[in-house]
Amino acid sequence: MMKIAVLIKQVPDTDDVKLDPETGTMIREGSGTIINPLDLNAIEAAVQIKRHRKDDCEITVLTMGPPNAQFALREALALGGDEAVLLTDRKFAGADSWATAKVLAEALKKSGKYDLVLAGEKATDGETGQVGPEVAAMLSMPCATYVSAIEHNENNVVVTRTVEDGTEKQRIQFPCLITVLSALNNPSMPTLRGKMNSRRANIVTMTSQDLDIKSEELGLKGSPTRVVKVTTPQKTRKTKRYSGSQIEEGIRELVEEIKTSVLNQ
Amino acid sequence: MNPSVMVYTEIRNGSIHPVSYELTGKARELADKLNSEVVVVTLFNKLEEKVEDLFSFGADRVIVSQDECFRLFNQEIHTNVMSALILQEQPQIVLAPATTGGRTVLPAVAGTIHTGLTADCTGLDIEEESDLLLQTRPAIGGNIMATIKTPHHRPQMATVRPKTFKIPEKRSASGVVEPFYLNDDMKQTTIEILDYQPLEAGAENIQDKDIIVSGGKGLKRKEGFDLLKQLADILQGGIGASRPTIEAKWMEYPHQVGLSGKVVSPKLYFAIGISGAVQHIAGMETSEIIVSVNKDPDASIFQVSDYAFCGDLYDIVPKMIEQLKEKLAKPVSDKEGESHV
Ligand SMILES: Cc1cc2nc3c(=O)[nH]c(=O)nc-3n(C[C@H](O)[C@H](O)[C@H](O)COP(=O)(O)OP(=O)(O)OC[C@H]3O[C@@H](n4cnc5c(N)ncnc54)[C@H](O)[C@@H]3O)c2cc1C
Ligand SMILES: Nc1ncnc2c1ncn2[C@@H]1O[C@H](COP(=O)(O)O)[C@@H](O)[C@H]1O
Repeated sequence: MMKIAVLIKQVPDTDDVKLDPETGTMIREGSGTIINPLDLNAIEAAVQIKRHRKDDCEITVLTMGPPNAQFALREALALGGDEAVLLTDRKFAGADSWATAKVLAEALKKSGKYDLVLAGEKATDGETGQVGPEVAAMLSMPCATYVSAIEHNENNVVVTRTVEDGTEKQRIQFPCLITVLSALNNPSMPTLRGKMNSRRANIVTMTSQDLDIKSEELGLKGSPTRVVKVTTPQKTRKTKRYSGSQIEEGIRELVEEIKTSVLNQ
Repeated sequence: MNPSVMVYTEIRNGSIHPVSYELTGKARELADKLNSEVVVVTLFNKLEEKVEDLFSFGADRVIVSQDECFRLFNQEIHTNVMSALILQEQPQIVLAPATTGGRTVLPAVAGTIHTGLTADCTGLDIEEESDLLLQTRPAIGGNIMATIKTPHHRPQMATVRPKTFKIPEKRSASGVVEPFYLNDDMKQTTIEILDYQPLEAGAENIQDKDIIVSGGKGLKRKEGFDLLKQLADILQGGIGASRPTIEAKWMEYPHQVGLSGKVVSPKLYFAIGISGAVQHIAGMETSEIIVSVNKDPDASIFQVSDYAFCGDLYDIVPKMIEQLKEKLAKPVSDKEGESHV
């Protein structure tokens, strides 16, 4: 039986987020949470492989987060996951990408021997894109990032990586980890049966006590990086507005600026 | 001499990507403050440029590993080699480009050797009292800048977006080129590289462009992009697009700008018929000059624009094209090092 793990993250729903015109910061109040959009592509990829293997495949979804991240797991189960693992502990709080990856990597070791681990290329909130490759390194697995197509075989996958100047095709033996782009597939909607099953499904909860991690490697304390300052950049653009009859004049000014400061003519 | 500042260069298709010079220049500044040296790592099979060029941009030592296995990118081998070099050299700082390559290899290195890594930095400096690297990066779609330190782990590692720092003036300098030979363990890989397809001729990476003309749903139809191409062609610019236009198949995915597309930072960015959703702004906000055209006076794109044209794009863009044709002295020539197709 093939075993696939999908790493999912619960993130704020940026569709609800508005910009505060005064400060330029995001107004998050009242916005809900969703599964990180690229993680939906990862789930869909797992479901497609399972279908292709005529169900000879088991999909485990894992997330590290607060207790309410279980809702993200239930949604993932409704989309086709078989098992769910919630990694939750106050000691995990404040983890940077290394400390997050450490928890996920140890949980993967504990919960099963996976052939394939799938993750999103990056999360819309942390935006580091580092968790996937770090998890892979900690498990000594090869990792393919920026994957836009997966062709799956008995013992390996052939992936297409979309990079700046073209596309690469790589064959990677199991076990391996793949981080996916939205171009990979179109995530499907949960089925009614999936939804019903997910409500009843048992979610395995693990805390730091279930994992082999030294306490000084957990959460904020275990994070090599520290945020020491947060600033809201002052908006320096002085917007010049043109409408109606001013437009011609605006274009003249713009063309002048392009000539002198962009093209140096 | 204090532990070094190391740079992982981007070498694609046998050519040194300009971001490697940008990072070498920045590493020079940091190393001068730390009284340490700049070590630049180059992994390649063949190379168009001379590695000695890196000395003129600030390198003290250039480590060269020339091997057939670097002909096509294999992240596993790059990770092995970088991890080994870091163990050997014990640098205090490692900088890498925030490209698909750097953003794949560096996190794997961070996971392997247990240290911190800050993604997509837009500012780097040394804190005077502690000599620690201050790494500044945009967060939450660029609305907040976070400054990050790596207090106890070494090396302190950061990826940096191309075009964040200027390529320094070339100076006459020389240094030591040191070969680094791979052993069999480093070449051990379960990844088999089957194929590499470059972008079709004419299709370029918009992240390398100085000028980008982007279109959104306001174009109303696919053919709207023809008009934008006329504008882009006069300026030798690239074409960008908002997500809905990609979904409508008016433009292909490599042109998408934003959170789930590319982050670009050109000298001049046109947002035409784009409303300015946070997810789009996250991908273009650091452009030097932003020009927007929108018929909605309340469009949020105006808030981040230098030039905000309120009106119908099908009126305004042809006028821009006409003016540019008339006023530009000579056709724009591609500047050196900008593209390497
Ligand atoms: C997780 C997630 C990720 C996303 N990632 C991205 C991303 O990477 N990139 C991205 O762009 N979007 C992204 N989006 C989508 C984003 O939220 C917006 O939906 C999108 O940017 C809107 O595109 P638009 O401005 O082209 O279209 P619209 O919002 O429909 O705006 C069209 C604009 O054109 C103007 N207009 C119409 N006709 C004319 C005319 N004749 N002349 C002048 N102006 C005219 C209108 O006033 C309007 O402001 C993402 C969304 C989510 C949830
Ligand atoms: N807390 C988490 N729990 C589970 N998976 C995560 C978590 N954080 C990140 N990931 C995975 O790593 C990917 C990249 O996230 P990031 O490195 O934060 O941009 C996400 O798309 C998820 O697949």
